Amino acid sequence: MSRAYPLPSNLSKETVTNTASLLRIIALALISGAAIASRLFAVINFESVIHEFDPWFNFRASKVLAAKGFYEFWNWFDPTAWYPLGRVVGGTVYPGLMATSGVIYNLLHALNLPVDVRNVCVLLAPGFSALTAWATYMFTKEMKDESAGLLAAAFIGIVPGYISRSVAGSYDNEAIAIFLLMFTFYCWIKALKQGSAMFGTVAAVFYFYMVAAWGGYVFITNMIPLHALVLMLMGRFSSRLYVAYSSWYAIGTLASMQVPFVGFQPVTTSEHMAALGVFGLLQIVAFSQLVRSHISSQQFKALLYFAVIGTGILGATAFIVLTYKGWIAPWTGRFYSLWDTGYAKKYIPIIASVSEHQPTAWPSFFMDLQFLVFVFPAGVALCFRQLRDEHLFVIIYAVMSSYFAGVMVRLMLTLTPVVCVASAVALSTLLDTYIDPREPEASNEKKSESETAPPSTNGTSTPEVAPAPVPTSTKKGKKATIAAAAQPEPTPASVIEEVAAAISPLPIAPKKSSSPQTKSRGIWGLDPRLTVIFNTLAMLSFFVFHCTWVTANAYSSPSIVLASANQDGSQHIIDDFREAYYWLRQNTPETSVIMSWWDYGYQIAGMADRPTLVDNNTWNNTHIATVGKAMASSEEAAYPILRKHDVDYVLVIFGGLIGYSGDDINKFLWMVRIAQGVWPEEIQEPNYFTQHGEYRVDAQASPAMKNSLMYKMSYYRYPELFGGDDGSDRVRQQKIPKGAVTLDILDEAFTSENWIVRIYEVRKEDNLGRDHKSANAFAQGKKRKRSKPQVRRRAIAVG
Amino acid sequence: MPPKSATKSTPANPLFSLWKAYNESTVDRLKFIDSFLVFLMLSGIIQFVYCILVTNFPFNAFLAGFGSTVGQFVLTASLRSQVNPENKSEFKDVSPERRAFADFALGSIVLHFFVYNFLG
Repeated sequence: MSRAYPLPSNLSKETVTNTASLLRIIALALISGAAIASRLFAVINFESVIHEFDPWFNFRASKVLAAKGFYEFWNWFDPTAWYPLGRVVGGTVYPGLMATSGVIYNLLHALNLPVDVRNVCVLLAPGFSALTAWATYMFTKEMKDESAGLLAAAFIGIVPGYISRSVAGSYDNEAIAIFLLMFTFYCWIKALKQGSAMFGTVAAVFYFYMVAAWGGYVFITNMIPLHALVLMLMGRFSSRLYVAYSSWYAIGTLASMQVPFVGFQPVTTSEHMAALGVFGLLQIVAFSQLVRSHISSQQFKALLYFAVIGTGILGATAFIVLTYKGWIAPWTGRFYSLWDTGYAKKYIPIIASVSEHQPTAWPSFFMDLQFLVFVFPAGVALCFRQLRDEHLFVIIYAVMSSYFAGVMVRLMLTLTPVVCVASAVALSTLLDTYIDPREPEASNEKKSESETAPPSTNGTSTPEVAPAPVPTSTKKGKKATIAAAAQPEPTPASVIEEVAAAISPLPIAPKKSSSPQTKSRGIWGLDPRLTVIFNTLAMLSFFVFHCTWVTANAYSSPSIVLASANQDGSQHIIDDFREAYYWLRQNTPETSVIMSWWDYGYQIAGMADRPTLVDNNTWNNTHIATVGKAMASSEEAAYPILRKHDVDYVLVIFGGLIGYSGDDINKFLWMVRIAQGVWPEEIQEPNYFTQHGEYRVDAQASPAMKNSLMYKMSYYRYPELFGGDDGSDRVRQQKIPKGAVTLDILDEAFTSENWIVRIYEVRKEDNLGRDHKSANAFAQGKKRKRSKPQVRRRAIAVG
Repeated sequence: MPPKSATKSTPANPLFSLWKAYNESTVDRLKFIDSFLVFLMLSGIIQFVYCILVTNFPFNAFLAGFGSTVGQFVLTASLRSQVNPENKSEFKDVSPERRAFADFALGSIVLHFFVYNFLG
């Protein structure tokens, strides 16, 4: 047996195990540190605030939970959201996130660490990302070994596809959901491997936690049954599968129904029927296996046709009948649009209007996953090579989530874990192969078959183990310094690889070929090994640089403050949102109702603390369409709507002055579309385009556009900024004609420094009963003709 | 349980031999478990029939009761397959005497915690 490099021979087995586990612990600690540290860019660059829109509601709910306790939160009715209607928060929210941070908050206070609830909320996602890394380690360990697990943990710790949803300050459901997803899957794999009801129960409990935390639990509800179904179809049914699936489903379904928002959905909606169907099928198959063990195969065949196939068909038809009769609710629009990708745009514009619900472009795969996206298919292919039960799970998961991530940008998040797992399997197999010191036998030496068999397949025997670890200990010192310096992730993992490679049997065992000239596979010499290993390490370190760069530049900007660079490179912060929200908070009565587009509902409620008409929880489409109609119609038509809803202030976002493209004029067409869905006679989308079908805001804009409330609110007094010339809009790159905009029903109440947020107060009815247009015209003195002579006459009288 | 009703429709000969083989080859412990399974099945059937014929009005109560019988049934069936000596090769990590029963107890406790919480 020749070796590519010498191995020491004087180390005991205990030393190897202890060193390996110590290195694993250090590596996991460093990975957790990297995962947390790389998520703190936004906190260090800006401040510790909640970002985005949805997290503001979660934060507000967490404040209620921290201040009033869990029961108050559970029964919380929020009269300030959806103003005339109110919102039953306890029954329309996934409470897992708030409950988690509430527990952490109370725990810290019990330890006499009086941390503000905001800081708990801001730093929850980084903390849980460390747990995600650990859960991914455990999951991948079940797929291959610890070394692959460490690689996967390192990947998911810093991969931008996951960081994008879990930076500090992004207090969203996904922050804890990915950890729960991975841990539930780990428990499921463990339950399946061992056939243990305990792990099935733990999987069910974590499934319950996942249900309480994120609407994406439906993914688990369909992944596990799909896995079980595929296992059965491949003839891999075993009692272990029965134990794992039955205990998971029975407890998990009952548990998931405890969440008020989910309610009876697990037994009444189509999304959950796959799990129920597989559960029934599993009972039938298990029973038939039991029968089979008792009687001869001849008799069994007679029973099989009637019993198994009959009941299977019966069950399937029962589902179909129940669905058609309406006992089981069909797919909801949000899920249905994943299959029929044109569905949302046609029928539910509010789903299509969210930018996260668009299909994913190729560059975002490379941006979010860098080289993992190339290694990922190789990892999936490697799973086919062994194809144990748990490898099937990874394959199914990879296929399903690749499809979903292709359909919807947002679901990139569920793809990321499996990409990390599969790439870790692939890379660790590569490293195993090339670090392994054994060299194949020279092919021209003809040897008998028995001799060519790899001598070290029993790698755990002492003479084989003994030589293993000294190069690792020498390399360990060198690599540990690198690890501490720049990239803690790949290098400690590869050290473990070496140990693992040395003590475990060769992954690619030399094959005995049937030809007389025996060919054994393997790598000769040190140079190909070094080339490949160096290449791999270089890829890994580029991955670290890429991840850090993407995180720092793309995903770590809070959306409530806008940063721009000055000429000298210093940072200029545009803080108009909070300026305006705090103006509302301090200068308006506490009961005044704010109308804005639904995007800003949560932020207004969270920062301005005022009742809003609509918010980001888009549960009432008609109400949103009402707001859209008010924004899209003329002043005369909008005024009754505003008055009927007791609106005191209207808030619009306008980015024309500083070129902030996410403003309300760019969202305006969605308002029109959503309003058109409810009032097709009054609001028509084509009216807002020019005759050539262009969407313009300048002098050529269509009359409906120019008269719409949104247009007037955005461009009111705007040309004045340009010294009386036509105002130029920096987002649309068009000229706004001067004098085109008059407002009769609204008063400008506040405009922020950079004109991003404009707040208008709704006028009361005119005291003299005139309509607003003539009252306003009178107030501005448009009818001067009659008064002019009076002035002259008075002058004469004085003179 | 659908499989049982379906098997009854088949000719009596295989059924009879099945019953005979079951009686002869099953150890007493498993027969004890099976009697519990039959009891759970009957209880579930009664609840289901009541729900269909009379009312499903407190739907959560029905789901909790029915879910508890179904859940207990599958947990007991899991225990049965774990302690079945024929399956010894499949369950290497689960020793029949201690681990399997502890799993069963844990699963049942968690299940009934959720059941009582859901009864309302």
